[in-house]
Amino acid sequence: MRNKGTLRQILLITDGCSNQGEDPVAMAALAHEQGIAVNVIGVLNENAPEYHRQGLREVEEIAMAGGGISQVVYTKQLAQTVKMVTQKAMAQTIKGVVNAELQQILGSQSTMEDLPPDKRGEVIEVVDEMGETMNLEILVLIDASGSMEDKMLTVQESLLDLSISLNSRIGDNEFSIYVFPGKRSEAEELLSWSSKLDSIGKIFSKITLGGITPTGPAIKEGIAAFGRKRSSKRRFLSDDAPGYTNESGM
Amino acid sequence: MMPQDIRTSLVCNLVVGEEIRGKWNHSKYRIRRRLGYGATGAVYLADSDRGVVALKIGHDQMSITSEVNVLKRFSKVQGKVLGPSLIDVDDWVARNSTYPFYAMEYLKGETLFDFMKTKSSEWAGILLVQLLTDLHTLHQAGWAFGDLKPDNLLVTGPPYRIRWIDVGGTTVMDRSIKEYTEFYDRGYWGKGSRKAEPSYDLFSAGMVMVNLAYPSRFSKNGDPNKQMQAKITGSPMLKPYASILEKAWNGKYRYAEEMRNELVLLLNARDKARSPKKQSQQASQQPASRQAQKKKKSSFITETFLVFTFVFVVYLFYMLGQTM
Repeated sequence: MRNKGTLRQILLITDGCSNQGEDPVAMAALAHEQGIAVNVIGVLNENAPEYHRQGLREVEEIAMAGGGISQVVYTKQLAQTVKMVTQKAMAQTIKGVVNAELQQILGSQSTMEDLPPDKRGEVIEVVDEMGETMNLEILVLIDASGSMEDKMLTVQESLLDLSISLNSRIGDNEFSIYVFPGKRSEAEELLSWSSKLDSIGKIFSKITLGGITPTGPAIKEGIAAFGRKRSSKRRFLSDDAPGYTNESGM
Repeated sequence: MMPQDIRTSLVCNLVVGEEIRGKWNHSKYRIRRRLGYGATGAVYLADSDRGVVALKIGHDQMSITSEVNVLKRFSKVQGKVLGPSLIDVDDWVARNSTYPFYAMEYLKGETLFDFMKTKSSEWAGILLVQLLTDLHTLHQAGWAFGDLKPDNLLVTGPPYRIRWIDVGGTTVMDRSIKEYTEFYDRGYWGKGSRKAEPSYDLFSAGMVMVNLAYPSRFSKNGDPNKQMQAKITGSPMLKPYASILEKAWNGKYRYAEEMRNELVLLLNARDKARSPKKQSQQASQQPASRQAQKKKKSSFITETFLVFTFVFVVYLFYMLGQTM
Protein backbone atom coordinates (compact mmCIF):
# COMPACT_ATOMS: atom_id res chain seq x y z
CA MET A 1 0.00 0.00 0.00
CA ARG A 2 2.88 2.35 0.64
CA ASN A 3 4.36 2.27 -2.82
CA LYS A 4 4.86 5.73 -4.17
CA GLY A 5 2.35 6.12 -6.94
CA THR A 6 1.42 9.20 -8.91
CA LEU A 7 -1.86 11.06 -8.71
CA ARG A 8 -2.93 12.81 -11.89
CA GLN A 9 -5.35 15.68 -11.67
CA ILE A 10 -6.76 18.26 -14.00
CA LEU A 11 -7.89 21.47 -12.33
CA LEU A 12 -10.25 23.46 -14.50
CA ILE A 13 -10.97 27.06 -13.52
CA THR A 14 -13.81 28.60 -15.49
CA ASP A 15 -16.56 31.16 -15.17
CA GLY A 16 -18.96 30.02 -17.82
CA CYS A 17 -20.40 27.51 -20.17
CA SER A 18 -18.39 25.90 -22.95
CA ASN A 19 -19.46 26.98 -26.41
CA GLN A 20 -17.09 25.37 -28.87
CA GLY A 21 -15.77 21.96 -29.81
CA GLU A 22 -16.24 18.62 -28.09
CA ASP A 23 -18.60 18.11 -25.17
CA PRO A 24 -16.51 18.79 -22.03
CA VAL A 25 -18.47 16.19 -20.03
CA ALA A 26 -17.51 13.51 -22.55
CA MET A 27 -13.88 14.65 -22.52
CA ALA A 28 -13.87 14.50 -18.71
CA ALA A 29 -15.18 10.92 -18.86
CA LEU A 30 -12.38 10.11 -21.30
CA ALA A 31 -9.81 11.57 -18.90
CA HIS A 32 -11.26 9.57 -16.02
CA GLU A 33 -10.90 6.36 -18.02
CA GLN A 34 -7.19 7.08 -18.30
CA GLY A 35 -6.63 7.60 -14.60
CA ILE A 36 -6.85 11.37 -14.62
CA ALA A 37 -9.35 13.00 -12.27
CA VAL A 38 -11.00 16.20 -13.49
CA ASN A 39 -11.82 18.83 -10.86
CA VAL A 40 -13.67 22.00 -11.67
CA ILE A 41 -13.92 25.35 -9.95
CA GLY A 42 -16.63 27.65 -11.19
CA VAL A 43 -15.93 31.30 -10.47
CA LEU A 44 -18.93 33.49 -9.86
CA ASN A 45 -19.19 37.25 -9.91
CA GLU A 46 -20.61 38.73 -6.73
CA ASN A 47 -23.47 40.25 -8.68
CA ALA A 48 -23.90 37.43 -11.15
CA PRO A 49 -27.26 37.22 -12.92
CA GLU A 50 -29.35 34.08 -12.55
CA TYR A 51 -28.65 32.75 -16.06
CA HIS A 52 -24.97 32.84 -15.22
CA ARG A 53 -25.45 30.61 -12.22
CA GLN A 54 -27.43 28.22 -14.42
CA GLY A 55 -24.55 28.08 -16.88
CA LEU A 56 -22.27 26.87 -14.11
CA ARG A 57 -24.32 23.71 -13.75
CA GLU A 58 -21.99 22.26 -16.37
CA VAL A 59 -19.22 22.55 -13.79
CA GLU A 60 -20.76 19.86 -11.64
CA GLU A 61 -21.44 17.55 -14.60
CA ILE A 62 -17.84 17.77 -15.82
CA ALA A 63 -16.45 16.94 -12.37
CA MET A 64 -18.84 14.03 -11.89
CA ALA A 65 -17.91 12.51 -15.24
CA GLY A 66 -14.24 13.18 -14.48
CA GLY A 67 -14.32 11.46 -11.10
CA GLY A 68 -13.34 14.70 -9.42
CA ILE A 69 -14.74 17.42 -7.24
CA SER A 70 -16.50 20.63 -8.20
CA GLN A 71 -17.12 23.83 -6.35
CA VAL A 72 -18.69 27.12 -7.33
CA VAL A 73 -17.25 30.12 -5.51
CA TYR A 74 -17.02 33.86 -5.52
CA THR A 75 -13.73 35.33 -6.70
CA LYS A 76 -12.50 36.29 -3.25
CA GLN A 77 -12.75 32.71 -1.96
CA LEU A 78 -10.76 31.36 -4.87
CA ALA A 79 -7.40 30.80 -3.15
CA GLN A 80 -8.97 28.81 -0.35
CA THR A 81 -11.09 26.81 -2.78
CA VAL A 82 -8.26 25.93 -5.15
CA LYS A 83 -6.41 24.31 -2.25
CA MET A 84 -9.48 22.71 -0.75
CA VAL A 85 -10.60 21.17 -4.04
CA THR A 86 -7.11 19.88 -4.86
CA GLN A 87 -6.60 18.34 -1.44
CA LYS A 88 -10.09 16.84 -1.30
CA ALA A 89 -9.69 15.47 -4.79
CA MET A 90 -6.40 13.82 -3.82
CA ALA A 91 -8.00 12.34 -0.73
CA GLN A 92 -11.00 11.16 -2.73
CA THR A 93 -8.82 9.43 -5.30
CA ILE A 94 -6.78 7.73 -2.60
CA LYS A 95 -9.91 6.81 -0.69
CA GLY A 96 -11.25 5.23 -3.87
CA VAL A 97 -8.10 3.13 -4.09
CA VAL A 98 -8.29 2.11 -0.45
CA ASN A 99 -11.99 1.30 -0.68
CA ALA A 100 -11.32 -0.88 -3.69
CA GLU A 101 -8.66 -2.73 -1.71
CA LEU A 102 -11.02 -3.10 1.23
CA GLN A 103 -13.70 -4.55 -0.99
CA GLN A 104 -11.27 -7.16 -2.20
CA ILE A 105 -10.50 -8.12 1.38
CA LEU A 106 -13.84 -7.73 3.09
CA GLY A 107 -16.41 -8.36 0.38
CA SER A 108 -18.09 -6.38 -2.31
CA GLN A 109 -20.16 -3.95 -0.26
CA SER A 110 -17.61 -2.90 2.33
CA THR A 111 -16.33 0.64 2.45
CA MET A 112 -14.39 2.58 5.05
CA GLU A 113 -17.63 3.75 6.65
CA ASP A 114 -18.60 0.17 7.50
CA LEU A 115 -15.53 -0.34 9.63
CA PRO A 116 -15.71 0.20 13.39
CA PRO A 117 -14.13 3.53 14.45
CA ASP A 118 -10.89 1.93 15.65
CA LYS A 119 -10.13 0.19 12.39
CA ARG A 120 -11.27 3.22 10.43
CA GLY A 121 -8.66 5.28 12.24
CA GLU A 122 -5.92 2.98 11.02
CA VAL A 123 -7.19 3.11 7.45
CA ILE A 124 -7.37 6.91 7.49
CA GLU A 125 -3.79 6.99 8.69
CA VAL A 126 -2.78 5.07 5.58
CA VAL A 127 -4.82 7.48 3.43
CA ASP A 128 -3.10 10.47 5.09
CA GLU A 129 0.27 8.87 4.58
CA MET A 130 -0.39 8.29 0.91
CA GLY A 131 -1.66 11.83 0.43
CA GLU A 132 1.56 13.11 1.90
CA THR A 133 4.00 10.93 0.04
CA MET A 134 2.47 10.21 -3.37
CA ASN A 135 3.71 12.20 -6.34
CA LEU A 136 1.27 14.62 -7.85
CA GLU A 137 0.92 15.79 -11.41
CA ILE A 138 -1.51 18.63 -11.71
CA LEU A 139 -2.53 20.28 -14.92
CA VAL A 140 -4.30 23.60 -14.55
CA LEU A 141 -6.69 24.69 -17.30
CA ILE A 142 -7.58 28.35 -17.11
CA ASP A 143 -10.53 29.85 -18.88
CA ALA A 144 -9.21 32.95 -20.67
CA SER A 145 -12.46 34.15 -22.12
CA GLY A 146 -13.08 37.90 -21.86
CA SER A 147 -15.20 37.72 -18.71
CA MET A 148 -12.27 36.30 -16.73
CA GLU A 149 -10.23 39.48 -17.06
CA ASP A 150 -10.84 40.86 -13.57
CA LYS A 151 -10.24 37.44 -12.01
CA MET A 152 -6.84 36.64 -13.51
CA LEU A 153 -4.78 38.18 -10.74
CA THR A 154 -6.69 36.19 -8.14
CA VAL A 155 -6.23 33.00 -10.17
CA GLN A 156 -2.49 33.66 -10.29
CA GLU A 157 -2.27 34.26 -6.54
CA SER A 158 -4.38 31.18 -5.83
CA LEU A 159 -2.05 28.99 -7.86
CA LEU A 160 1.03 30.38 -6.12
CA ASP A 161 -0.60 29.69 -2.78
CA LEU A 162 -1.48 26.16 -3.90
CA SER A 163 2.14 25.53 -4.82
CA ILE A 164 3.27 26.65 -1.34
CA SER A 165 0.96 24.06 0.20
CA LEU A 166 1.78 21.25 -2.19
CA ASN A 167 5.53 21.86 -2.11
CA SER A 168 5.41 21.47 1.68
CA ARG A 169 4.50 17.81 1.15
CA ILE A 170 7.03 15.00 1.11
CA GLY A 171 5.95 13.72 -2.31
CA ASP A 172 7.02 15.43 -5.55
CA ASN A 173 4.78 17.80 -7.47
CA GLU A 174 4.71 18.83 -11.07
CA PHE A 175 2.53 21.56 -12.43
CA SER A 176 1.61 22.49 -15.94
CA ILE A 177 -0.62 25.39 -16.95
CA TYR A 178 -2.76 25.78 -20.06
CA VAL A 179 -5.10 28.60 -21.04
CA PHE A 180 -8.04 28.30 -23.37
CA PRO A 181 -8.61 29.71 -25.92
CA GLY A 182 -4.96 30.15 -26.90
CA LYS A 183 -3.57 32.63 -29.39
CA ARG A 184 -3.31 30.14 -32.22
CA SER A 185 -5.05 27.01 -30.95
CA GLU A 186 -7.97 26.15 -28.73
CA ALA A 187 -5.69 25.56 -25.78
CA GLU A 188 -2.19 26.88 -25.34
CA GLU A 189 0.57 25.82 -22.98
CA LEU A 190 1.66 28.57 -20.62
CA LEU A 191 3.97 26.53 -18.44
CA SER A 192 5.34 23.09 -19.21
CA TRP A 193 5.80 20.53 -16.44
CA SER A 194 7.70 22.12 -13.60
CA SER A 195 7.90 21.71 -9.84
CA LYS A 196 7.95 25.44 -9.12
CA LEU A 197 5.38 28.08 -9.87
CA ASP A 198 7.46 31.06 -8.73
CA SER A 199 7.73 32.49 -12.20
CA ILE A 200 4.06 32.44 -13.18
CA GLY A 201 3.69 36.18 -12.69
CA LYS A 202 5.51 36.86 -15.95
CA ILE A 203 3.61 34.18 -17.81
CA PHE A 204 0.24 35.50 -16.70
CA SER A 205 0.97 38.93 -18.06
CA LYS A 206 1.30 37.37 -21.53
CA ILE A 207 -2.23 36.00 -21.59
CA THR A 208 -4.52 37.54 -24.14
CA LEU A 209 -8.15 37.01 -23.42
CA GLY A 210 -10.34 35.61 -26.16
CA GLY A 211 -14.05 35.47 -26.78
CA ILE A 212 -14.87 31.77 -26.93
CA THR A 213 -14.83 29.04 -24.28
CA PRO A 214 -13.64 25.75 -25.83
CA THR A 215 -13.71 23.77 -22.57
CA GLY A 216 -14.01 20.33 -24.23
CA PRO A 217 -11.00 20.74 -26.53
CA ALA A 218 -9.03 22.12 -23.58
CA ILE A 219 -9.62 18.98 -21.51
CA LYS A 220 -8.65 16.90 -24.52
CA GLU A 221 -5.42 18.87 -24.82
CA GLY A 222 -4.85 18.30 -21.11
CA ILE A 223 -5.11 14.54 -21.52
CA ALA A 224 -2.59 14.75 -24.37
CA ALA A 225 -0.21 16.72 -22.15
CA PHE A 226 -0.24 13.90 -19.59
CA GLY A 227 0.33 11.42 -22.40
CA ARG A 228 3.33 13.31 -23.74
CA LYS A 229 4.78 13.49 -20.25
CA ARG A 230 4.46 9.75 -19.75
CA SER A 231 6.04 8.79 -23.04
CA SER A 232 8.87 11.28 -22.74
CA LYS A 233 9.76 10.76 -19.11
CA ARG A 234 9.31 7.17 -18.19
CA ARG A 235 7.69 3.99 -19.31
CA PHE A 236 3.99 3.64 -18.75
CA LEU A 237 3.38 2.13 -15.33
CA SER A 238 -0.03 0.62 -15.02
CA ASP A 239 0.09 0.83 -11.25
CA ASP A 240 0.83 4.52 -11.29
CA ALA A 241 -2.80 5.33 -10.68
CA PRO A 242 -3.97 2.22 -8.92
CA GLY A 243 -7.54 3.32 -8.25
CA TYR A 244 -8.52 3.84 -11.77
CA THR A 245 -6.67 0.90 -13.15
CA ASN A 246 -8.43 -1.33 -10.65
CA GLU A 247 -11.79 0.07 -11.58
CA SER A 248 -11.37 -0.21 -15.27
CA GLY A 249 -9.76 -3.61 -14.93
CA MET A 250 -6.67 -2.68 -16.87
CA MET B 1 -23.25 22.98 -5.93
CA MET B 2 -23.54 26.50 -4.67
CA PRO B 3 -21.16 27.70 -1.96
CA GLN B 4 -22.06 25.45 0.93
CA ASP B 5 -22.82 26.75 4.34
CA ILE B 6 -22.13 24.49 7.27
CA ARG B 7 -24.49 26.51 9.45
CA THR B 8 -27.48 25.06 7.66
CA SER B 9 -26.43 21.42 7.97
CA LEU B 10 -28.05 19.04 10.43
CA VAL B 11 -24.95 18.59 12.56
CA CYS B 12 -24.92 22.30 13.35
CA ASN B 13 -28.58 22.44 14.26
CA LEU B 14 -29.21 19.75 16.85
CA VAL B 15 -31.94 20.75 19.29
CA VAL B 16 -31.57 20.89 23.06
CA GLY B 17 -32.49 17.55 24.59
CA GLU B 18 -31.83 15.54 21.42
CA GLU B 19 -30.44 12.12 22.20
CA ILE B 20 -27.41 10.91 20.30
CA ARG B 21 -26.83 7.18 20.53
CA GLY B 22 -23.69 5.50 19.25
CA LYS B 23 -24.00 2.77 16.64
CA TRP B 24 -21.00 0.78 17.86
CA ASN B 25 -20.55 1.43 21.58
CA HIS B 26 -24.21 2.28 22.34
CA SER B 27 -23.38 5.17 24.68
CA LYS B 28 -26.05 7.85 25.02
CA TYR B 29 -25.54 11.61 24.95
CA ARG B 30 -28.12 14.28 25.57
CA ILE B 31 -27.47 17.67 23.94
CA ARG B 32 -27.38 20.64 26.29
CA ARG B 33 -26.21 23.43 24.03
CA ARG B 34 -23.92 24.19 21.13
CA LEU B 35 -20.45 25.39 22.05
CA GLY B 36 -19.29 26.26 18.56
CA TYR B 37 -18.78 25.08 15.03
CA GLY B 38 -16.04 24.96 12.44
CA ALA B 39 -15.30 23.71 8.96
CA THR B 40 -15.59 20.05 9.89
CA GLY B 41 -18.59 20.05 12.25
CA ALA B 42 -20.07 21.36 15.47
CA VAL B 43 -19.20 20.92 19.14
CA TYR B 44 -21.96 20.51 21.75
CA LEU B 45 -22.08 20.35 25.49
CA ALA B 46 -23.79 17.06 26.36
CA ASP B 47 -24.71 14.88 29.33
CA SER B 48 -23.62 11.28 29.38
CA ASP B 49 -23.20 8.39 31.82
CA ARG B 50 -19.68 9.66 32.33
CA GLY B 51 -20.76 13.18 33.21
CA VAL B 52 -20.66 16.33 31.14
CA VAL B 53 -18.67 16.01 27.91
CA ALA B 54 -17.93 18.00 24.79
CA LEU B 55 -19.33 16.20 21.76
CA LYS B 56 -18.05 16.88 18.26
CA ILE B 57 -20.28 15.78 15.40
CA GLY B 58 -19.33 16.08 11.75
CA HIS B 59 -20.41 14.81 8.37
CA ASP B 60 -17.09 13.89 6.86
CA GLN B 61 -15.62 10.59 8.06
CA MET B 62 -12.14 11.50 6.88
CA SER B 63 -11.70 14.69 8.84
CA ILE B 64 -13.41 13.47 12.03
CA THR B 65 -11.36 10.28 12.02
CA SER B 66 -8.18 12.30 11.47
CA GLU B 67 -8.99 14.42 14.50
CA VAL B 68 -9.64 11.32 16.59
CA ASN B 69 -6.26 9.96 15.51
CA VAL B 70 -4.60 13.13 16.76
CA LEU B 71 -6.47 13.13 20.08
CA LYS B 72 -5.41 9.53 20.62
CA ARG B 73 -1.79 10.49 20.01
CA PHE B 74 -2.10 13.33 22.49
CA SER B 75 -2.90 10.93 25.26
CA LYS B 76 0.42 9.29 24.50
CA VAL B 77 2.44 12.50 24.97
CA GLN B 78 3.76 11.59 28.35
CA GLY B 79 3.43 13.39 31.62
CA LYS B 80 1.55 16.41 30.33
CA VAL B 81 -2.06 17.07 29.54
CA LEU B 82 -2.00 18.92 26.26
CA GLY B 83 -5.38 18.75 24.58
CA PRO B 84 -8.72 17.57 25.94
CA SER B 85 -8.74 13.83 26.61
CA LEU B 86 -10.70 11.54 24.33
CA ILE B 87 -13.64 9.65 25.85
CA ASP B 88 -15.57 7.87 23.08
CA VAL B 89 -15.63 7.53 19.28
CA ASP B 90 -18.73 6.41 17.43
CA ASP B 91 -21.23 6.93 14.61
CA TRP B 92 -24.72 8.36 14.94
CA VAL B 93 -27.30 7.05 12.51
CA ALA B 94 -30.10 9.53 11.95
CA ARG B 95 -32.31 10.64 9.11
CA ASN B 96 -30.93 8.06 6.69
CA SER B 97 -27.39 9.28 7.17
CA THR B 98 -24.43 8.36 9.32
CA TYR B 99 -22.68 11.11 11.23
CA PRO B 100 -19.31 10.37 12.85
CA PHE B 101 -18.80 11.86 16.30
CA TYR B 102 -16.49 11.74 19.30
CA ALA B 103 -16.83 12.69 22.94
CA MET B 104 -14.02 14.45 24.77
CA GLU B 105 -13.33 16.09 28.10
CA TYR B 106 -15.20 19.37 28.47
CA LEU B 107 -12.80 22.21 29.26
CA LYS B 108 -14.49 25.11 30.93
CA GLY B 109 -12.96 28.50 30.41
CA GLU B 110 -12.93 31.82 28.63
CA THR B 111 -11.84 32.73 25.15
CA LEU B 112 -8.53 34.54 24.90
CA PHE B 113 -10.24 37.80 24.00
CA ASP B 114 -12.78 37.65 26.84
CA PHE B 115 -10.01 36.86 29.28
CA MET B 116 -7.84 39.76 28.13
CA LYS B 117 -10.73 42.20 28.41
CA THR B 118 -10.67 41.96 32.19
CA LYS B 119 -6.93 41.51 32.69
CA SER B 120 -3.90 43.77 32.38
CA SER B 121 -1.71 43.53 29.31
CA GLU B 122 1.17 41.59 30.89
CA TRP B 123 -1.15 38.59 30.95
CA ALA B 124 -0.76 38.38 27.17
CA GLY B 125 2.95 37.69 27.67
CA ILE B 126 2.32 35.19 30.44
CA LEU B 127 -0.25 33.24 28.40
CA LEU B 128 2.22 33.16 25.53
CA VAL B 129 4.87 31.74 27.86
CA GLN B 130 2.44 28.99 28.89
CA LEU B 131 1.56 28.32 25.27
CA LEU B 132 5.24 28.06 24.31
CA THR B 133 5.86 25.63 27.17
CA ASP B 134 3.15 23.32 25.80
CA LEU B 135 4.35 23.77 22.24
CA HIS B 136 7.82 22.72 23.27
CA THR B 137 6.44 19.50 24.77
CA LEU B 138 4.40 18.84 21.63
CA HIS B 139 7.37 19.51 19.35
CA GLN B 140 9.59 17.21 21.39
CA ALA B 141 6.99 14.49 20.82
CA GLY B 142 7.34 14.98 17.06
CA TRP B 143 4.27 17.08 16.27
CA ALA B 144 3.45 20.59 15.19
CA PHE B 145 0.17 22.17 16.24
CA GLY B 146 -0.63 23.70 12.85
CA ASP B 147 -3.78 25.75 13.18
CA LEU B 148 -2.76 27.90 16.13
CA LYS B 149 -5.24 30.76 16.68
CA PRO B 150 -7.37 32.22 19.48
CA ASP B 151 -10.43 30.21 18.34
CA ASN B 152 -8.56 27.02 19.15
CA LEU B 153 -7.37 28.21 22.56
CA LEU B 154 -9.09 28.62 25.90
CA VAL B 155 -8.06 30.04 29.27
CA THR B 156 -9.11 27.74 32.11
CA GLY B 157 -8.85 28.42 35.82
CA PRO B 158 -8.11 30.07 38.20
CA PRO B 159 -5.25 29.27 38.38
CA TYR B 160 -5.25 30.59 34.83
CA ARG B 161 -3.79 28.32 32.24
CA ILE B 162 -3.97 28.43 28.47
CA ARG B 163 -5.25 25.20 26.93
CA TRP B 164 -5.88 24.16 23.36
CA ILE B 165 -9.29 22.83 22.48
CA ASP B 166 -9.19 22.02 18.77
CA VAL B 167 -6.33 19.86 17.67
CA GLY B 168 -7.54 19.21 14.11
CA GLY B 169 -4.49 20.85 12.52
CA THR B 170 -1.88 18.88 14.45
CA THR B 171 0.59 17.41 11.97
CA VAL B 172 3.56 15.04 12.14
CA MET B 173 6.84 16.98 11.85
CA ASP B 174 8.16 17.54 8.32
CA ARG B 175 4.80 16.92 6.67
CA SER B 176 2.53 19.55 5.19
CA ILE B 177 0.36 21.39 7.72
CA LYS B 178 -3.12 19.88 7.70
CA GLU B 179 -5.18 22.92 8.60
CA TYR B 180 -4.36 26.56 8.96
CA THR B 181 -5.94 29.99 8.99
CA GLU B 182 -4.52 32.66 6.71
CA PHE B 183 -3.77 35.36 9.28
CA TYR B 184 -1.65 32.97 11.39
CA ASP B 185 -0.10 31.16 8.41
CA ARG B 186 3.42 32.12 7.37
CA GLY B 187 2.71 30.86 3.84
CA TYR B 188 0.03 33.51 3.45
CA TRP B 189 2.46 36.25 4.48
CA GLY B 190 5.17 34.92 2.17
CA LYS B 191 7.39 34.05 5.14
CA GLY B 192 8.01 30.37 4.47
CA SER B 193 6.61 26.97 3.62
CA ARG B 194 3.69 25.10 5.15
CA LYS B 195 5.92 22.33 6.39
CA ALA B 196 5.30 21.19 9.95
CA GLU B 197 8.28 22.39 11.99
CA PRO B 198 8.67 24.31 15.26
CA SER B 199 9.23 27.63 13.49
CA TYR B 200 5.83 27.29 11.78
CA ASP B 201 4.03 27.16 15.12
CA LEU B 202 6.20 29.92 16.59
CA PHE B 203 5.23 32.20 13.72
CA SER B 204 1.57 31.52 14.51
CA ALA B 205 2.17 32.04 18.22
CA GLY B 206 3.57 35.49 17.44
CA MET B 207 0.55 36.24 15.28
CA VAL B 208 -1.79 35.20 18.12
CA MET B 209 -0.10 37.90 20.17
CA VAL B 210 -0.50 40.42 17.34
CA ASN B 211 -4.14 39.38 17.07
CA LEU B 212 -4.68 40.23 20.74
CA ALA B 213 -3.60 43.79 19.97
CA TYR B 214 -5.66 43.88 16.76
CA PRO B 215 -8.75 41.78 17.52
CA SER B 216 -10.35 42.38 14.13
CA ARG B 217 -7.12 41.24 12.38
CA PHE B 218 -6.00 42.75 9.07
CA SER B 219 -5.13 41.40 5.64
CA LYS B 220 -2.00 41.55 3.54
CA ASN B 221 -1.36 44.97 2.09
CA GLY B 222 1.88 45.82 0.32
CA ASP B 223 5.20 44.62 1.69
CA PRO B 224 4.33 42.25 4.59
CA ASN B 225 7.57 43.02 6.46
CA LYS B 226 6.96 46.75 6.53
CA GLN B 227 3.30 46.23 7.31
CA MET B 228 4.06 44.03 10.29
CA GLN B 229 6.72 46.38 11.61
CA ALA B 230 4.25 49.24 11.48
CA LYS B 231 1.59 47.18 13.25
CA ILE B 232 3.97 46.22 16.05
CA THR B 233 5.40 49.66 16.66
CA GLY B 234 1.91 51.12 16.37
CA SER B 235 0.61 49.15 19.34
CA PRO B 236 1.64 50.05 22.90
CA MET B 237 0.78 46.49 23.89
CA LEU B 238 3.09 44.88 21.30
CA LYS B 239 5.97 47.33 21.31
CA PRO B 240 7.76 45.86 24.35
CA TYR B 241 7.72 42.45 22.64
CA ALA B 242 8.93 43.83 19.29
CA SER B 243 12.27 42.00 19.23
CA ILE B 244 10.70 38.62 20.04
CA LEU B 245 7.81 39.05 17.64
CA GLU B 246 10.21 40.01 14.90
CA LYS B 247 12.33 36.91 15.45
CA ALA B 248 9.25 34.68 15.38
CA TRP B 249 8.06 36.44 12.24
CA ASN B 250 11.39 35.80 10.52
CA GLY B 251 11.63 32.18 11.65
CA LYS B 252 14.73 32.84 13.77
CA TYR B 253 13.70 30.56 16.64
CA ARG B 254 14.52 26.92 16.16
CA TYR B 255 12.81 25.72 19.33
CA ALA B 256 9.78 26.89 21.30
CA GLU B 257 11.97 26.88 24.41
CA GLU B 258 14.28 29.52 22.93
CA MET B 259 11.39 31.88 22.36
CA ARG B 260 9.88 31.06 25.73
CA ASN B 261 13.10 31.78 27.63
CA GLU B 262 13.62 35.10 25.89
CA LEU B 263 10.05 36.03 26.70
CA VAL B 264 10.47 35.12 30.36
CA LEU B 265 13.62 37.24 30.57
CA LEU B 266 11.80 40.12 28.95
CA LEU B 267 8.81 39.82 31.27
CA ASN B 268 11.10 39.83 34.31
CA ALA B 269 13.00 42.87 33.07
CA ARG B 270 9.79 44.60 32.22
CA ASP B 271 8.44 44.18 35.73
CA LYS B 272 11.41 46.11 37.12
CA ALA B 273 11.17 48.86 34.56
CA ARG B 274 7.49 49.18 35.13
CA SER B 275 7.72 50.09 38.84
CA PRO B 276 9.44 53.50 38.97
CA LYS B 277 8.75 53.82 42.71
CA LYS B 278 10.99 50.92 43.47
CA GLN B 279 13.67 52.42 41.24
CA SER B 280 13.75 55.70 43.17
CA GLN B 281 13.87 53.77 46.41
CA GLN B 282 16.83 51.89 45.06
CA ALA B 283 18.51 55.17 44.18
CA SER B 284 18.15 56.59 47.69
CA GLN B 285 19.40 53.37 49.15
CA GLN B 286 22.48 53.37 47.05
CA PRO B 287 24.92 54.53 49.75
CA ALA B 288 23.61 51.83 52.03
CA SER B 289 24.05 49.22 49.40
CA ARG B 290 27.57 50.43 48.77
CA GLN B 291 28.33 49.93 52.43
CA ALA B 292 26.95 46.45 52.10
CA GLN B 293 29.29 45.91 49.19
CA LYS B 294 32.22 47.06 51.30
CA LYS B 295 31.19 44.75 54.07
CA LYS B 296 31.06 41.98 51.54
CA LYS B 297 34.59 42.83 50.42
CA SER B 298 35.98 42.68 53.94
CA SER B 299 34.19 39.44 54.67
CA PHE B 300 35.79 38.07 51.54
CA ILE B 301 39.23 38.89 52.92
CA THR B 302 38.51 37.19 56.26
CA GLU B 303 37.20 34.15 54.44
CA THR B 304 40.35 33.88 52.37
CA PHE B 305 42.49 34.31 55.49
CA LEU B 306 40.57 31.57 57.30
CA VAL B 307 40.86 29.18 54.38
CA PHE B 308 44.62 29.72 54.17
CA THR B 309 45.03 29.21 57.91
CA PHE B 310 43.04 26.01 57.71
CA VAL B 311 45.08 24.67 54.82
CA PHE B 312 48.29 25.66 56.62
CA VAL B 313 47.25 23.86 59.83
CA VAL B 314 46.31 20.74 57.89
CA TYR B 315 49.66 20.91 56.07
CA LEU B 316 51.44 21.29 59.43
CA PHE B 317 49.79 18.17 60.80
CA TYR B 318 50.68 16.36 57.59
CA MET B 319 54.32 17.35 57.89
CA LEU B 320 54.37 16.32 61.52
CA GLY B 321 52.90 12.97 60.52
CA GLN B 322 55.61 12.53 57.87
CA THR B 323 58.53 13.28 60.24
CA MET B 324 57.31 11.14 63.10
